[in-house]
Amino acid sequence: MSGTLQGIGVSPGAGFGPAHVMSRAVPPPPADVPHGGDAGAERDRALLALERVAADLQERGERAGGEGGKILQAQALMARDPGLSDGVAELVRAGKSAARAVYEGFGRYRSMLAEAGGYLGARVADLDDVRDRALAVLEGRPVADAPPAGAEPYVLVARDLAPADTALLSPDQVAAFVTEEGGPTSHTSIIARAMGVPAVVACPGATAVAPGTPVLADGSSGLVRLAPSGEEVSAARGAAAARRAALAAVTGPGATADGHAVPLLANIGGPQDLADALEHGAEGVGLYRTEFLFLGRAEAPSAEEQEAAYLEVLEAFPGGQVVVRTLDAGADKPLAFLPPPGEEPNPALGERGIRLLRLHPEVMETQLAALARAASRSTAVLRVMAPMVATAEEAALFAAACREAGLASAGVMIEVPSAALRAADLAAEADFFSVGTNDLAQYAFAADRQVAALAALHDAWQPALLDLVALAAAGAAGRDRPCGVCGEAAGDPVLACVLVGLGAASLSMSAPALPAVRAALARHSREQCRLAARAARAAASPAQARDAARAHLPGLSGLGL
Amino acid sequence: MPERHVIVKAEVGLHARPAATFVQTAAKAALDITVAKAGGKPVNAKSILGVLSLDVRQGDTVVIRAEGEGAEELLDRLAEIASAP
Repeated sequence: MSGTLQGIGVSPGAGFGPAHVMSRAVPPPPADVPHGGDAGAERDRALLALERVAADLQERGERAGGEGGKILQAQALMARDPGLSDGVAELVRAGKSAARAVYEGFGRYRSMLAEAGGYLGARVADLDDVRDRALAVLEGRPVADAPPAGAEPYVLVARDLAPADTALLSPDQVAAFVTEEGGPTSHTSIIARAMGVPAVVACPGATAVAPGTPVLADGSSGLVRLAPSGEEVSAARGAAAARRAALAAVTGPGATADGHAVPLLANIGGPQDLADALEHGAEGVGLYRTEFLFLGRAEAPSAEEQEAAYLEVLEAFPGGQVVVRTLDAGADKPLAFLPPPGEEPNPALGERGIRLLRLHPEVMETQLAALARAASRSTAVLRVMAPMVATAEEAALFAAACREAGLASAGVMIEVPSAALRAADLAAEADFFSVGTNDLAQYAFAADRQVAALAALHDAWQPALLDLVALAAAGAAGRDRPCGVCGEAAGDPVLACVLVGLGAASLSMSAPALPAVRAALARHSREQCRLAARAARAAASPAQARDAARAHLPGLSGLGL
Repeated sequence: MPERHVIVKAEVGLHARPAATFVQTAAKAALDITVAKAGGKPVNAKSILGVLSLDVRQGDTVVIRAEGEGAEELLDRLAEIASAP
């Protein structure tokens, strides 16, 4: 098998290895092929397969720990469900094969969960995963799982990857990720950048690659070569090595070639991400997503538990800045104790972010108080910002709550187009802005982040998105307020130069992206960044914007970008 | 048959972690145990899929039944899990 596939590069670098294709799309076992006649033996075969899956999931769950571990443990309970095994046994007695009985036995619960929707509806994918594992055991197929680390790292190819799939992966075993679906902000992309593994997403035809085919994935250009020649592999590896060397040569605080300081900060989900941030030279935290402290819990964490988590992050950056985003629940991150008030046909446009916090002021007040107490015990500069702010009135409300709690700096995320359009009004109320480019693109282009087919609309080079960033930065500058960028866009070294040219005062990204951004900024003056930004905004399409900007950024070629 | 009527107080209802804890506790006992929504059809309390399919929300009343040696103590423990906020 040879040839080339084209996807979207979302995590730079060259990855080469045999393809490991994780295919979950298995046809249902035939209904009209009865078992051999020994119903007892057939039933035992089915139940043994379920028990093997349960033991495996439980063991993996214990090893993974954390949220991913809990998902795996809950799946183990499903595989051991007595109601399920009774149903399967009954189907076998009626003449069905073990595989068909398992398929139908799961099907009864599947439709029940799917009909309930909401939280239960989301469990359907977990249930399907358990079913497919049991079917693989029964049909003598390998369980569609990422293999453990072996002698040679592999390229993991899948339709898309879920948190449960990636919970146990380590960068040593995976040379690259290639997925058929997903976009720049899907789970695969975020996990790949966090692991520092090259990745290509939205790559049609990927799962049709024959298992074991040698694959060379370029996480910058999005090009996937099948069975490449030895020269191609060594050229790609050479370019990647040259790039790493060029990146390692630049250290210290972020600044343009002419000395304009641009603090380079890390996006983190909690204290567990601090080591990575420090290792990559983060000067502070530009986005602390506090919802990870709240997710998957029956009730809000106590004020004391919150204070401890916040303090741990603040203490990692003595004298540095730490920007904390208050709880961003709702939409794709529903919380049990913060239910939206009613049925929401479109949760991304529903009660989420600051809107949900207005309905539950006690949750916001507890969080702000815990933040204020943590700040009083640390030398780090704490800034607090609210998610999903759409109007100056919301910004004022949040700022008042922060002042009430004794917090010195209250800002807002700019992720709703209305906030960018009226940035000057918001800047009158807020102490700083931080542009969240992922959600800003979702709302500006009316394009759901979860829908892979719309990935092109999520290209951060879209001139309309650059216009909105420019508006936000100009609104902030008019009031001498800093405007940072904390979306995934800030981690693209080329786009980072453009964002600085548009007026971004700081850039915050997942930690492994920091060295490339630091190196790209160090090779260009602020004026070059401004010219690149102007050229990009003058373009009519994302591709033209990228090309136009690059023409003003000659230092990129030395970085292999 | 010994039983407990319990109002579910957890905001998440008898889903997610409360459901898993409930089922794990029930599964450790040798007795037959059922749980139902008040007036509804009972399901095996040792079945996570059965308990989930009841779709018990915050404020719903559930009826837990068990019979045999140690049933009262077990029901007390399950009632405590189901009613925990």
